[in-house]
Amino acid sequence: MDLDNARELPRAGFNFDNCKRNATLLNRGFKPPITTKTGTTIVGIIYKDGVILGADTRATEGPIVSDKNCAKIHYLAKNIYCCGAGTAADTEMTTDLISSQLELHRLQTDREVRVVAANTMLKQMLFRYQGHISAALVLGGVDKTGPHIYSIHPHGSSDKLPYATMGSGSLAAMTVFESRWKPDLSEEEGKKLVRDADPTGVFNDLGSGSNIDLCVIRKGSVEYLRNYELANKKGKRQLDYRFKTGTSTVLHTNIKDLLVTERVQAVPMEIS
Amino acid sequence: MQPDFDFTDTPVSTGTTIMAVEFDGGVVIGADSRTSSGAYVANRVTDKLTRITDKVYCCRSGSAADTQAIADIVAYSLNYHENQTNKDALVFEAASEFRNYCYSYRESLLAGIIVAGWDEQRGGQVYSIPLGGMLTRESCTIGGSGSSFIYGFVREHYRPNMALEDCVTFVKKAVQHAIYHDGSSGGVVRIGIITKDGIERRIFYNTESGASAVSSTPSFISSE
Repeated sequence: MDLDNARELPRAGFNFDNCKRNATLLNRGFKPPITTKTGTTIVGIIYKDGVILGADTRATEGPIVSDKNCAKIHYLAKNIYCCGAGTAADTEMTTDLISSQLELHRLQTDREVRVVAANTMLKQMLFRYQGHISAALVLGGVDKTGPHIYSIHPHGSSDKLPYATMGSGSLAAMTVFESRWKPDLSEEEGKKLVRDADPTGVFNDLGSGSNIDLCVIRKGSVEYLRNYELANKKGKRQLDYRFKTGTSTVLHTNIKDLLVTERVQAVPMEIS
Repeated sequence: MQPDFDFTDTPVSTGTTIMAVEFDGGVVIGADSRTSSGAYVANRVTDKLTRITDKVYCCRSGSAADTQAIADIVAYSLNYHENQTNKDALVFEAASEFRNYCYSYRESLLAGIIVAGWDEQRGGQVYSIPLGGMLTRESCTIGGSGSSFIYGFVREHYRPNMALEDCVTFVKKAVQHAIYHDGSSGGVVRIGIITKDGIERRIFYNTESGASAVSSTPSFISSE
């Protein structure tokens, strides 16, 4: 009798039944809900006096453009910014969290935070989540050791590079850097290079689009150029397609006067 | 390319050729410089010869994220150990710590690591930690996807206790052969020579003249 009772008790611990169900549903062609992913072109280069970051401004949900002018260059510290590609929510929350930690670190050490520190914190966080945080980042900044660009992948690996691209438009943008980047570019040359690299992503990659943001970080100053270039200006309509008044002939007009009378009566409420 | 091309789901891995050889007076370590993410070369100037301490380096192969994470942890731990003891860390201590992580997390890690370096006690040493987390000392070892192409070459040309320059040429040629045959290995050949004086780094471009094929390459290729 006791044994029968024991058999009825639910098993302790987690229940993974739904995992199997989800896998079966997926196999049968079920489409799970999708998150907003920023099919993106983000880039960063080192030039003579610092770094320049660039990003497009399109956010997508599958085939739909959910934001035509979003900001993908995130603030990390006064001297460090970070471009984000991947799941919009993940890049936003990751950069926000690390930004807070960097500020606390700056207050505790009473020094300007270094770009390596930001890189280490980001990569350690992403590694801890084993790639489940879909954030592909281009980190850039200037500190007492000079200008730095890092590209950080969602699984937590990072590369220190003189020029980096990320996102779905990274291949197109990289071709521009591979052919035209050289050491010690001037600020004007650098801006032009980033400006030229980003539209290749915007035009040739369906996931990237709209405008271009730039962020120039020099030693001691930052210039955040929101909508530096409107790569996709909306054209002006050449013709007016509305019909002129009087195109259709009015044969006759008939206006009826309607008077509606209604009486409202209160119904007593039933009380039990 | 689809608009929702999912680059975030492809992990970055170092399809690699790595190598380490003991010679009298130290060790020579070598690696290619390619990091790939699926079919895309994510970094063509990677430095897979990663510093643990001044005289202990590791060659990384497998998942870039995994190997970087372990190398960072071990480097931190040995730096602490060196400060506490006021002595240089032993190569075996580094290798042992790598082994502990690789073995404990063998189910979740994809990391094939070669630890090489020099210490007072045993001179130049090479340790190999393959996928399951085993630790063995070897006088000459190769690793990564490109290594399977050069087992014959290494067996034919390896001699114990080579002179330094012979050893460098041997490592350079082996990695060049691997780069030639393996699609996941490429870029330049990076070599490190670790002796009692620390590390000396060399780079060999894969061109006829030995010079860089791209004008923009030389300035940053030597940076970490």
